[in-house]
Amino acid sequence: MKARVHVTLKNGVLDPQGKAVHHALQGLGFDGVNDVRQGKFIELELDGTDAAKAEAEVKEMCEKLLANTVIEDYSIELA
Amino acid sequence: MKSAVILFPGINRENDAIAALEQATGTKPIVVWHGETELPKTDIIMVPGGFSYGDYLRCGAMAAKSPIMRAVADRAKAGVTILGVCNGFQILTEAGLLPGALMRNASLKFICKNTHLKIENADTRFTNQYKVGEVVDYPVAHHDGNFFADSETLDRLEGEGRVILRYCDADGVVDPKTNLNGSQRNIAGIINEAGNVLGMMPHPENAIDPLHGGTDGRNLFKSLVEAAS
Repeated sequence: MKARVHVTLKNGVLDPQGKAVHHALQGLGFDGVNDVRQGKFIELELDGTDAAKAEAEVKEMCEKLLANTVIEDYSIELA
Repeated sequence: MKSAVILFPGINRENDAIAALEQATGTKPIVVWHGETELPKTDIIMVPGGFSYGDYLRCGAMAAKSPIMRAVADRAKAGVTILGVCNGFQILTEAGLLPGALMRNASLKFICKNTHLKIENADTRFTNQYKVGEVVDYPVAHHDGNFFADSETLDRLEGEGRVILRYCDADGVVDPKTNLNGSQRNIAGIINEAGNVLGMMPHPENAIDPLHGGTDGRNLFKSLVEAAS
């Protein structure tokens, strides 16, 4: 089973890297971009077939290591 | 007086930490590898600067989960003096021993230079040899020193006198222009609730010898010794 984790900065946390990317896109002529937020994508290859169990475990991984919940939110997608 | 320096893979300022602690305490610190699970009994523990685990995932995230950090957390609870500098500050926040997080500098640049800092609280075991409002000069060398905490946490830190150092200019002016890296409220160093754990981005251990260009950092280490003796 695969788990895909997206880690993004919380709303209200300034994202200087996203801002720099936004600025660079504007420099390339992409004028229609209103905002850019940069995050991380983490793909996990898991043992087992129990989706509920896997989700609970990945949630714990996010809380303990994959995300810093002081500044980041995360979302989990199983496939 | 005994001290320990915790060593993680990718740390590169341990010798500076060792030199500063030896100068202040008169005894060479014990170096403890991150894979250990027990700490020798010491009065002071220092988590030095560098790039533990190559800053992978987030600065300090992996080091914070090292076996030795359980022992460090136990000592923190027991009231032992713990100083985290630069990557050490990042590691202590990731380990939950200090609030907040260190994000990418607002300029997105690695900043390596000397900076002025205002001593905001001289009534701590880290700053008792300084005066409140004193301006000191320490080097900084970091890419991720932009301190963030929610406003409730920031208010609590301020209200409890736990903001110890702020970025300023030579005259002690603290404002957005003198904010080195975009940190909330110019914060450069904070202590925990019990007052025995300090995390700071600047490097006092690199301001202890005239050859460094200044010795303003000596009093920080003298303070630790004063408090522990």
